[in-house]
Amino acid sequence: MHLDHSHDGPAAVSADAHRPNGSRRALRIGLGGPVGSGKTATVAALCQALRDELSLAVVTNDIYTREDAEFLLREAVLPPERITAVATGACPHTAIRDDISANLEAVEDLEDEVGPLDLILVESGGDNLTATFSKGLVDAQIFVIDVAGGDDIPRKGGPGVTTADLLVVNKTDLAPYVGSDLGRMAADAKAQRAELPVVFQSLRSKGGVRDVAGWVRAQLAAWTA
Amino acid sequence: MSRAALLVLADGRFPAGGHAHSGGAEAAVRAGRITGAASLEDFCRGRLHTAGLVAASLAAAAAAGVDALSLDAAADARTPSPALRVAARKLGRQLMRAARATWPSEELDALARAFPKGAHQPVVLGVVARAAGLGASDAAYCAVYESVSGAASATVRLLSLDPFDATGVLARLAPELDRVADRAVESARRVAGEGVDALPAASAPLLEIGAEVHAGWPVRLFAS
Repeated sequence: MHLDHSHDGPAAVSADAHRPNGSRRALRIGLGGPVGSGKTATVAALCQALRDELSLAVVTNDIYTREDAEFLLREAVLPPERITAVATGACPHTAIRDDISANLEAVEDLEDEVGPLDLILVESGGDNLTATFSKGLVDAQIFVIDVAGGDDIPRKGGPGVTTADLLVVNKTDLAPYVGSDLGRMAADAKAQRAELPVVFQSLRSKGGVRDVAGWVRAQLAAWTA
Repeated sequence: MSRAALLVLADGRFPAGGHAHSGGAEAAVRAGRITGAASLEDFCRGRLHTAGLVAASLAAAAAAGVDALSLDAAADARTPSPALRVAARKLGRQLMRAARATWPSEELDALARAFPKGAHQPVVLGVVARAAGLGASDAAYCAVYESVSGAASATVRLLSLDPFDATGVLARLAPELDRVADRAVESARRVAGEGVDALPAASAPLLEIGAEVHAGWPVRLFAS
């Protein structure tokens, strides 16, 4: 049931694919993962890779600061009006899964104020391995881990590693220094995720975000098809 | 009325955004006014008889069918702090979203059209109560309970307070919650004859000042 199709209310109430004016809303992609794994760096690299071909915006969910939003502003990856920070009351997973109202408000305000948008990236505050996004908030989610957090994380699984639409193993350049076995991480990820894709990346090298950007383009092509 | 519907609406897990707000507790903890269970109880009692009473009266009046536009203006007049007005409208908008999905109603749609960026949360709460088949007293009870429960759960996170102690605070306040809810319903009843000026305007200056200071902090756990 699409509640908003029966009247001209100001806002959709759920994951309805259309905006109140009947146009298709932006694709929303969530990025979650542990603290320090490189979510914000990935968002920044995606913005730089995609901003010339897409109209995009970012919502950050900082746990107790505005640091992630401020990093993106400082790096000037997007104009400031395209970046919104949501406060999460010490519970980042609540804001992306159990009570998504503040994030929905942020994505709708971005569409109203700087739209039309093709893509909105919703970055979770750093959290634990069980943090996943509600389907009411995002259309697809990326889970970002890194090699320095321990090469046993893919084996441990958990909802983020197992069910995310894309698993990103970040900071592959650090593997030799921290003794992480990338082959083992790939095999464990395959065992946990079957056919779901995994990308290994290092953002230290030029074009490091290419594979993830390609995956995002494919999601967008499917969304607008 | 449906007692079960009241439980759904009053549930702290009802997804209407409250989890990100501390009801002024974060500012009070930083200022040293909440340091444990005893001072949390004092804080909650103060909140209940000021902000809680005003919110419950607005909610009861809205649930009784008083015009939401005039109630929203009355809420503005009773909320000196710009930061608290912003927080109240944000929470009103979030409650509106959750409620329209939960209890679809033409009245809620009309309120959402009138306030696309959100009406004051207690006003929305009253209209939501109507949509859920609840009455003025139910709406008042939700408002008084929210006025203290949010601060109590935030303090558990802020001070690592024993959660049993925090819940004990709420239980000890229960008889006062009953009295404030009754008073709110009584004042809402008088609005029919006397207009919205019959609603109480009890204010808590430290809550208002604390909210303004809190809004300027670069590092904080809660949105308000």
